[in-house]
Amino acid sequence: MSIEISREKCVACGACAVVCPGTLIWVDAAAYIKTPDNCWGCASCVKECPRGAIRLYLGADAGGRGGKLSARRDGALTHWSVEKPDGKTVEITVDSRESNAY
Amino acid sequence: MNERLTIEAIATDFLIIGGGTAGCAAALSFCESSASGSVLIAEKAHIKRSGCLAAGVNALNAYIVPGKTPESYVDYARADAEGIVREDLLITMARGLNAAAEKLEALGLTMLKNPDGTYAARGTRNIKINGENIKPLLAAAVESQPRVTVLNHVAVIDYIVRDDRVIGAYAIDLLKPVLYVLTASATLCATGGASGLYKPNNPGFSRHKMWYPPFNTGAGYAMGIRAGAEMTTLEMRFIALRCKDTIAPTGTLAQGVGARQVNASGEIYEQKYGITTSQRVHGTVTENREGRGPCALKTVGITAEHDEQLQRAYLNMAPLQTLRWLESGETPSVRNVEIEGTEPYIVGGHTASGYWVSTERETTLKALFAAGDVAGGAPQKYVTGALAEGEIVGKAALRYTASPPPAADLAEAESLRVALEQTLRRSDANDTTDALEAEMQSVMDEYAGGISADYRFSESSLAVADEKIREIARRAEVLAAADTRELAYIFELRERLTLARSVIAHLRARRETRWHSFAENTDYPERDDANFSVFVNSRLENGELKMIFRDLVKVGETYEH
Repeated sequence: MSIEISREKCVACGACAVVCPGTLIWVDAAAYIKTPDNCWGCASCVKECPRGAIRLYLGADAGGRGGKLSARRDGALTHWSVEKPDGKTVEITVDSRESNAY
Repeated sequence: MNERLTIEAIATDFLIIGGGTAGCAAALSFCESSASGSVLIAEKAHIKRSGCLAAGVNALNAYIVPGKTPESYVDYARADAEGIVREDLLITMARGLNAAAEKLEALGLTMLKNPDGTYAARGTRNIKINGENIKPLLAAAVESQPRVTVLNHVAVIDYIVRDDRVIGAYAIDLLKPVLYVLTASATLCATGGASGLYKPNNPGFSRHKMWYPPFNTGAGYAMGIRAGAEMTTLEMRFIALRCKDTIAPTGTLAQGVGARQVNASGEIYEQKYGITTSQRVHGTVTENREGRGPCALKTVGITAEHDEQLQRAYLNMAPLQTLRWLESGETPSVRNVEIEGTEPYIVGGHTASGYWVSTERETTLKALFAAGDVAGGAPQKYVTGALAEGEIVGKAALRYTASPPPAADLAEAESLRVALEQTLRRSDANDTTDALEAEMQSVMDEYAGGISADYRFSESSLAVADEKIREIARRAEVLAAADTRELAYIFELRERLTLARSVIAHLRARRETRWHSFAENTDYPERDDANFSVFVNSRLENGELKMIFRDLVKVGETYEH
């Protein structure tokens, strides 16, 4: 698994580079990951990005099928978006004020 | 890259190496218990999202629910570790679990409550939360303390030791060419445990899709081993039973929707092997080896509402599992969730591996404390146990912080700077850090009981592992780095090699099989209580590991150095 960062959407604010627990993200005109195979897949950067420019995916060697996961923060809410390989999108909103049911 | 390094010296009263769960708790506890005194946290990433909890956590797995006691928690941990535990460490940790949970709630963590105000239990030791933002909440609390300074993106590479006392640490900045000389009256090692010693489940592109953070490289253990600290129970490896491929947690499926472990014929096999943590792994490994796999958690038939709740719960801790379900269309209600064991890790928050400590969590090196995953003897800590240990150390450190920090020997720092600059300038390296890491992982996998060996090893395979690891360690002395991040990778590889040698020595010393899969010795396949109801400890002396066998510390007893 790893991340991809859209150079079009990225504003080079560097917020993703700050929080990456592996310090794997570099920033020039846009942010980029130098060694995608070092990514843990924790999604810290995905949640931190103010522009929704970062998408998480599961590598094909671990059974990934091309879907992409992104997120948009809105106060206590996180709007997750799963782009499926067939082009359809599923949105799930999670409220940090609500506990997991399980 | 500018191959010149600048030296920056910083003195503090209390140095905390690693701003994860235990490190943050220790900083807060120190500030609460003292009227003055400075704290410096040296963190390899950024404390907002560093360590095990970067993605979040599914539940608080160590809590004394109504009707249970700290003593009953100790009973559980002792039974799960087949007796090899320090009762004094477990009871002092267990007594702090509920206060740690309450503190998290006060910091803003969402906890599920019963109508009477008590926390909603999940099983008999767990409570339900929303743990997605647990690390940002801890980090914000630490950052609001005026006496705490946080150095983010700094990798600690060695202790500074004077006359068997730790007086600080050397560190390199990952973002700029700086070598830090950090001196302190008291030091806490809270680096977390070690992943990456063994070949992972997906050794290709997804090599870092693992249970434990791939960035927890065993620095804390390795620095202690090198400095001559006594270490305990490194042979009790931890192997997690996880969702296949995504390596996401299984507890939420098992405890949340009651999913049982089934083999390919649909037979529930978990009762056949026992229910300790290691027996659950061993059962799955055995079913697969004997041709009854693949194994899975039986989820088919749960409701659509369960499906939706699970998707939300996993977004709060392991978001790739939700992606996996949705991109494949194979949600748990329509397809059982396949499970597998991970590669072995060394992690004292789950098993008992780590520094041999006193009840105040001081190591055998004076003024050096250990908490969380690097502290040995007290398994089943989880998040609240790591917080409880940090709390204990934050108070214990006061014993040293009344005196000013000792001065560093700048000549030693200067020679370290020269050596590091040589690595930054080197052009004659035959090997790369990545290649040696892969070689180390293959050796450990094949000869020291990794996934492909069904976690089993023998005296002869361990002898081969030891020889090969020593050879790789020699080659790892000559590596090149283009910048300080690559320099840190070299240190991480060396840390893993140092720890691997100690793990092999411990596996060789415990000539029995007490924990299936965790330490499965094919030459000694039975448990041997007569000879091995002891701790296996070790200390590096003149370049060789000396094994030390110590008595168990039983109920009501305490151990002090």
